[in-house]
Parts: sequence; C-alpha cells; structure tokens
Amino acid sequence: MTTSTKPIHGAQTRRTARNWLGPIVVLLLLAFPFILSLLSGQPVDTGTPKFWQGMLIQVFILAVFAMSYDLLMGYTGILSFGHAMFFGAGAYATGILLKHSGWGLAAVLLAVVGVAIVQSVLIGVVSLRVRGVYLAMATLAFAQMFFILAQATDLRAITGAEDGLHGIPVPDWLNPTDQRLTFYFVALLFMVIMYLIARRVVDSPPGRVMVAIRENEARAQMIGYNTFGYKLMAVTLSGVMAALAGFMNALWNLNATPDVLSVETTINALLMTIIGGVGTLIGPMLGAGVYQLLGYWLNATFGPRWPLIIGVIYILLVLFVPYGIVGTWQLRRNDMRAGWARLIRPLRTGLEADTPGATKK
Amino acid sequence: MPETSPATIIETRNVTKHFGGLRAVDGVSLHVAAGAMHSIIGPNGAGKTTLFNLISGYLKPTSGQVLLRGRNITGVPLHRMAHMGIGRSFQITNVFPELTVMENVRLAAQALGKDNYAFWRAADSLRRYTQAAERALLEVGLDAKADVTAGVLPHGDKRRLELAIILAGDPEVLLLDEPTAGMASEQVPSLVAMIARIRTAGNKTIILVEHNMSIVMNISDRISVMHQGRLLAEGNPQEIAANESVQKAYLGEFHDEHS
Repeated sequence: MTTSTKPIHGAQTRRTARNWLGPIVVLLLLAFPFILSLLSGQPVDTGTPKFWQGMLIQVFILAVFAMSYDLLMGYTGILSFGHAMFFGAGAYATGILLKHSGWGLAAVLLAVVGVAIVQSVLIGVVSLRVRGVYLAMATLAFAQMFFILAQATDLRAITGAEDGLHGIPVPDWLNPTDQRLTFYFVALLFMVIMYLIARRVVDSPPGRVMVAIRENEARAQMIGYNTFGYKLMAVTLSGVMAALAGFMNALWNLNATPDVLSVETTINALLMTIIGGVGTLIGPMLGAGVYQLLGYWLNATFGPRWPLIIGVIYILLVLFVPYGIVGTWQLRRNDMRAGWARLIRPLRTGLEADTPGATKK
Repeated sequence: MPETSPATIIETRNVTKHFGGLRAVDGVSLHVAAGAMHSIIGPNGAGKTTLFNLISGYLKPTSGQVLLRGRNITGVPLHRMAHMGIGRSFQITNVFPELTVMENVRLAAQALGKDNYAFWRAADSLRRYTQAAERALLEVGLDAKADVTAGVLPHGDKRRLELAIILAGDPEVLLLDEPTAGMASEQVPSLVAMIARIRTAGNKTIILVEHNMSIVMNISDRISVMHQGRLLAEGNPQEIAANESVQKAYLGEFHDEHS
C-alpha cells in the first residue's frame, strides 16, 4: 500500500499546482491591457496597449483552432490535412449570414455550430472509412473542394469569389477596432470556455476511448468499442471547435477570404500543435502564441524573408524539442530537476561551508 | 437448439479459412462445453491462432459457421464480441502502452456500460467501472501497479494485464492465446494457477491455445489437437497422451525439441 500512496500524493500536489496556474494565467491576461497601459503611459484603448490586445486576440483564436486540431491528431490519432475546411466554413458561414441574412449574432453562432456538425458528420462518415495517410489525403481532397468552391465566380454574389467577403457587419459593442478591449475580453473568455470544454472531453469516458483508439484501435474494438462512432464523434467535436474559431476570426478580421480555407491554414494548425506538444491541449495553445508572436517578431526584424527563418526554427524544434514544449517538459521534468540539483549542489555546499567539493571548484 | 449434455457454449461448424492457396483452417467442427477448460494444441502452423481469430471474430471464415450457445455469430462485427460475452487475449502482448494499468482495465469495464458517449462527464466519476477494474487488477495481482504506464511493465506483468483487461469485460468465454508466451519459467505456475482460479471462481469457459504441454495436460478437461489445419484428435488429457497419431504428429516432435 505504501508504494501506491506516494505517487498518488505526488499527483495531488501537482494537480493543485496546476489548478492554481490556470487561474493565475487568466488573471494576468485579464490585467495585461492595463499593465501595458501603465508601463507605456498610453490609455488602454490606444497605441501600444491596443496593438498588443490585437496581437493576443489573434493568439486566442489560433489557440482554439490548434486545440481543436489536437483533439483529432493528438488524442484520437487521426491525421487530417483538411482541418482548414472547418475553420474556413465557420468564417464563411459567419460572414455570409451576418452580411446577407440580417440575423443576430447569437443566431449566427448557433447556425455556425449547426453547419459544422452537418459538415463534419458528412465528411467524417466518408473519410473515416480509410486510415492513416489515405485519411489525410481524403480530408485534403475535401478541403480543396471547399477552397475551390469559395473562389467559384458563379457564387460571387454570396462568397465574393476570389476576393472573399469584406465589410462583415459586426454589432457595435463588439467592433474589433472601436471596442478593442471588449473584443479582447470576449476572445479571452471564448478561449477559456473552449479549453474547459476540450479538457472535459478528453477526461470524459469517450475521451479515454479516443486515446485508446490512438494507442491500439484493434484492441479497442476487441474490448467492445465501435471505434468508428468514437472517431466520428472526435471529428465532429473538433470540427465544431474549429468552426467556432473561424467564427471569431471572421468577427475579428471583418472578412472571410479564401486563404482561411487554404492548406496553409491546416499546416499552421499542425505546426502550432507540434511546436506546443501533441496531445496536451495546453501545448497547442502555447504553440499558437509562439507561432503568432515569433512570426510577428521575425517579420518585423527580417521583413518578407521571415518564413524562411521560421522554417529553420521549426526544423531545430523538431530536432531538439521533438515532443513540443509541453510534451518535452512532461517527459524531461524529472531529469531537468535532477540535472538542476546536480548543477547547483557544489555551489550550495560551497556556500554553506568550506567543503572539499567547494575547494575542488 | 439441440441441447447436448453438458451444454455446448461455443461450436464451430466446418469452419474453413483460406489465405490464397493456403488452407490455414480446413473444415474444423469443434464443440466446447460450458464451464470447460478446453485446450487447443498442435505444432506450429497447425492453424490454432487462425481458429482463434475465426471464433473471436477477428477473421471471417471462408466457409462454415461459428455459434455461441446455438446462435450463429459468424460475421458479427468485432466490437460486438465483448458485449456477447467473448473475451480474447493475444499471443503478442496487445495493450494500450501509453495509458496506465488502471486505465487499460477501466476502459474494458467501461466498454460494457451505457455512458460511453457522455463527453460532458468525467471518466473518473463513473465509480462502478473503476471498481470493476480494481477487482480485475486484484485478481491478477497487479493492484499495486495500477498507476504504472502499461508500456513500461515487465513482460510477465503485461501478460497479467492482458488477463485483467479481459476479466474487466466479465466474459463468459475466455479465449486465451498462449497466455504464458515469453514468460520466465518461474512465473508460469502462478499464472496457470490464476487461470484455473478464474475459471472456477467465475464459472467461466476457457479456451486455451498453449505450447507448454505440461500446462495443458495438468489443467485441461478436454484437448483438441490440430494438425495442418484439421482436427486430428480430441479427448481428455489421458486419451490424448495415449493417442498414437497425436504422438506422431505433435508429442514426438515436442519431446525431440526438449531432449
């Protein structure tokens, strides 16, 4: 019994620490605009504070998108090359409905969820019949269909064809330019809610089945799970979450252009997930932050050559941080602590007394 | 349903499986009595594992039928098998390596419940599955290692985990494919005793594929001998030991290997 008490105790302490960390980060993010305002001496809704609110709003939206990808790739082991179609469809549905239907924001939000459910169930039913690379190819084909459809000139009146939709009308209280601070809080709230939902999903009974499918699908079937149903559920939950990120993206940019449906958008989700740590939820959110802020900084420093440099950084990350930021931390945390203890031990003993260890140094 | 005494729980009727030109299983008709410890033996390549795959639904027979208590279950989807009371272990350890021991077993218990799609609930809150998993772990003696990641378990413990996963599904029929494969010889007797205990305590039927003849002879009620995809002989351990064609096909070969 003693052997099992100890790790459980350790897990509880860790969990308490983690429970504190989340709210602290959220509080810091809530205070961030005001802290920046104090530091820069500028009012909170202008200049530097306003600019950085915009930067973080984009991080929050991308974080939800990356997290939705993690549900699929990291937790269920489904590699999709077409995730942009959910994000893009969410953005387009938002733009089209706000522009042409005259519906309120809440109705549009519900409609986006409905569209995403239909879209992901249909695409899931067809593409989940194959596995692995074939599934990736099937999803890529579906995504390209949407990409081409969005640019079809016959639909210019609805989608704006290759120009996309511009000037999406957003309620005044949520205008991303005039009400930046409100939008910032809404986007932060959106991300927190989405994280809590995703966390609950992965810790739920079907969430565990999703991981079992990733680990060993044949065995999951043998112990009694109809794995197709769970994979379809993962695709749908992930699709709805991506569509909601697309919804926020359309509200933020006040437009929906074909590039939200492009392969590049999917690759970005993949990059953010891998940079942050596959199958960790927090990782992809951090990955979104790294991606967005690094991209901004590299662009400002190196100009248009920045994608080249982010490519090099990406290769270095894959080589040296292969499990992503969070994944590598989880794996190496004990080694790192031990290494750190080894490193400072001679120093500590040296400070405490004139020990042989210190003289050797 | 034709009732014979004792009641047949698993029956194969002339099952045949071809892989291209190879007849891996060739017209096997097998009756397994409810509550029996029924072993299937035979030299390598005799078709034992293929027969297991046919009974457990992993493969569909080219022809013939598999019946569970007189009901035809040929071609039933794999994931229905556990719900019908058939649990199966694998010759090669086949667990969820990145999950904990507890989670491996808990998932098997949860599979039989009705809360499987409740994505708004916490998995840990479903106490009855955790309790079923704890019982199964206790039964195989892995309760102290519940929090260990399954992938890092020593081989013998992985074999026990295989058993616990099946037990958590509370099957009536256990198909055990070489449960002692690769185990250190000093660990074998305790696992065999465990299997015997599981059978009597839970009143379960066990169908066993095993290479180790001393195990088979000691614990089986009935033995079917396969050779080149066919049933060569069937009987109780004494009959099989005395059977000349069996000795020629299998036992002789086996003793040669070990002398």
